Amino acid sequence: MPINYYIFLSIALFTIGIVGVLTRRNAIIIFMCIELMLNAVNVLLVAFSKMHHVAAYALDASTTVGTEAQLFVFFIMVVAAAEVTVGLAIIVMLYRNIHSVDINFLNRLKH
Amino acid sequence: MPVAELLFWFLTGLSLFGALMVVFSKNPVHSVLWLIVVFFAISGHYILMNAQFLAIVNLIVYAGAIMVLFLFVIMLMNMNTESEPQKNRWLRLAAIVSGGSLLLILVAALKDNKGSISGVSDLEGGIGLIQNLGKVLFTDYVIPFEISSVLFLSAMVGAVILGRKESANLKS
Amino acid sequence: MNKFVFLIPVLPLVGFLINGLGRNILSRALVSIVGCGTLIASFLLSLLVFREAAAPGFVPMVINYFDFIHAGGLDIKFSFQVDQLSSLFLLIITGIGSLIHIYSSSYMHEETVPHFARYFAYLNLFIFSMLMLILGANFVIMFIGWEGVGLCSYLLIGYWFKNNDYNNAAKKAFVMNRIGDLGFLLAIFWMLSQFGTVSYLELFPQVSSASLYTITCITLLLFVGAMGKSAQIPLYTWLPDAMAGPTPVSALIHAATMVTAGIYMIARSNVMYSMAPHTQDVITIIGMATALLAATIALKQNDIKKVLAYSTVSQLGLMFVALGVGAYTAGVFHVMTHAFFKALLFLGAGSVIHAMHHEQDLTKMGGLRKYLPITHITFLIGTLAISGIPPFAGFFSKDEILTAALQKNPIYYVLGVVTSLMTAFYMFRLYFLTFSGTFRGTDHQAKHLHESPVAMTMPLIVLALLSIVGGFVGVPSVFAENAHLLSNFLNPVLGSVHSTSHEVVHLSHSTELMLMGVLVFLILIMIFFASRKFASYQPSEKEESTISKFLANKWYVDELYEALIIKPIGHVASFFNKVVDTKVIDGFVNGVGKSVQYSARQLRLLQSGQVGSYVLIMVISLILLFIFQFFWKH
Repeated sequence: MPINYYIFLSIALFTIGIVGVLTRRNAIIIFMCIELMLNAVNVLLVAFSKMHHVAAYALDASTTVGTEAQLFVFFIMVVAAAEVTVGLAIIVMLYRNIHSVDINFLNRLKH
Repeated sequence: MPVAELLFWFLTGLSLFGALMVVFSKNPVHSVLWLIVVFFAISGHYILMNAQFLAIVNLIVYAGAIMVLFLFVIMLMNMNTESEPQKNRWLRLAAIVSGGSLLLILVAALKDNKGSISGVSDLEGGIGLIQNLGKVLFTDYVIPFEISSVLFLSAMVGAVILGRKESANLKS
Repeated sequence: MNKFVFLIPVLPLVGFLINGLGRNILSRALVSIVGCGTLIASFLLSLLVFREAAAPGFVPMVINYFDFIHAGGLDIKFSFQVDQLSSLFLLIITGIGSLIHIYSSSYMHEETVPHFARYFAYLNLFIFSMLMLILGANFVIMFIGWEGVGLCSYLLIGYWFKNNDYNNAAKKAFVMNRIGDLGFLLAIFWMLSQFGTVSYLELFPQVSSASLYTITCITLLLFVGAMGKSAQIPLYTWLPDAMAGPTPVSALIHAATMVTAGIYMIARSNVMYSMAPHTQDVITIIGMATALLAATIALKQNDIKKVLAYSTVSQLGLMFVALGVGAYTAGVFHVMTHAFFKALLFLGAGSVIHAMHHEQDLTKMGGLRKYLPITHITFLIGTLAISGIPPFAGFFSKDEILTAALQKNPIYYVLGVVTSLMTAFYMFRLYFLTFSGTFRGTDHQAKHLHESPVAMTMPLIVLALLSIVGGFVGVPSVFAENAHLLSNFLNPVLGSVHSTSHEVVHLSHSTELMLMGVLVFLILIMIFFASRKFASYQPSEKEESTISKFLANKWYVDELYEALIIKPIGHVASFFNKVVDTKVIDGFVNGVGKSVQYSARQLRLLQSGQVGSYVLIMVISLILLFIFQFFWKH
């Protein structure tokens, strides 16, 4: 199976995430789209890990090449979890203040 | 067509469809549910690629914990109605056009790769098992691992502070 | 001895620093002691240096102190050159400078202490610059002194800076000097590019290999510098205006320093000038024209200092004639004798002005003979010396110049004689107006007429003695064979050239004697005329003739410059001020500001504050980045 398939899958997921961020106004949906984009990257990392592992395995059956990429994915998940915690807290906070999660109301950056 | 390949196409289709549904469903609760579907599909991909540990973590952390958190927040805000006003049409068009061109650009840029993942599932065990990952994580990557625990702690503190009622601030 | 040479300029510099920095602390007496003491010390050192240079078997020496400019192949050392020429000038400058300092300590007594100290600081700096100019072993060091002299003249002419006219005079002197300095600077650059060195000892042997064109250009540019410093046509107008400074300063500028710099520089580079006949012609003609013009102007001036100033310009013109015809020794000789009697005349004039309570108008003087006996006698000696009456100093030097001019071209000789006659006339006019007849000033002034204190008369007496005997160092061969001590002394530096010019026409001794006799006779007639006309002068109301008005107004040269140069430049400047500056430059600068403001106002619309639009922009830039990354290079 060519690596390209995974790359294209990842690009497609990522682009869908971007389109979601750009089109939706609900902060929670936008947040979910960001998670989607993170996962697209994770898929790609795992795919590359596998590709290198296969290449190395052909020469040496006991190789551990590719471990680092998977650990990287693991750390991305860790960071994403932390990010979600804070992000959702912010959204709750926001909702409590302006009773909406519409990002069009978040135009304070102008000032 | 081998089973693995069939599975790959099925999972790919499922994840792409789920992703599209996440973006385009009107109801936020549906979005969350579709996102969980996407995560399941991606976990399936992980298993196909012999990353069993990651597949399980993905399910537990993302599909389990994080998405439940999302759902919880949505329920808290009582947003399960389709009340979201639409964005400006031109802006949406610009968004879709730019997203599509990004897709095109990236595909065009990366289409000439020669690498492949052959024999996806015919390896015994492999590196994706918890035995291997745990060993590396607790030896070579123990410091980043510990730092990530500090990160969690600070995220937790941050969330608590952010979530506190404003009135509590005023009283003190 | 050469170990102490550096002290000669350093001592006045130390004096300058002490007086300049301590002007609010030091007492008047201390300032005088420091100012005069440092200079007298360096005069004594100069005497030692001179004695060494005069000793037989002396070889000119160059003393290197440090690398001044060292870049690539260019190596300019900070070094002093001691030879016959520089040691002679050292003596003149420090000697006369010391006398003027002593004189000043009394003359400037009315000033408050800080200004008194400032005055002495400037004076010391002036001497320091001049000594640098003389001692420098290359043109760059000379240029340092050259500029320093210009600066100090500016400071001293504008010493009474509360008077705006004086400030303008100072500015005029500075600007005129700058014009000349530019020529000098260009000449230095040209020499550097042509010969790669500006050191005298390395440069002069190479000169013969250069083309006539190069040499002519370099020497002409150097002469432009000399024009500015030594007040030749067309850059002479600053010198009469320089009378704005205190009288001792005029004496210093006119006698010992500053104006002699140009003469020194040309005498120093005589090797180059001898190879450039065209430049020599230019120098002779300009010198002659300056001498005549200044002499005619001096005939009708009524300000005692102005007369002396124009006489200086005229005498400088004669010196340049000497340099132009190749009689470098004669030129230097006249510098020396002129230093004696012109310092004497200026200091005498200062004494008169002092007695008259700062009255400088000749028509208001007269009959001062009995009030100022010492000043009168010394002034008379100075007048006789400048008029060229034997055996006073001026006779010998002027005669040598005229003889050299005659050998070159009789026309020069005739014009030189005319100048000398005019010199005698206006100097005796000055003398008679000041000291003979009856006093024409106010009663108040008459009551307070008094002889100056010893500190002022002592320098006068010394200078008078020098004016009497100074000429005997250059007795021409007509009177005694081999008696021209100065010529023998300067021979190693200037001699090689001097001998060639003598080959043109050799005058027999009898012709020379006859010409001298005729000249002296004519001068005596002029003095007689002057005494008839001015000895018992009374101011009259009669209308002045056109020509005398023309002369009194200095040939309208200042007005000519005003109309030809200053006005057009003023118009151009106001054009630039009104049109180019306000419209173009201000428009451009303000336009930049306005366009920035305008574009900022437009760009601000992009800052909608909408997170969505930011993300969109981000994505678009991301796309562009990818395009650039992946597709641009291919």
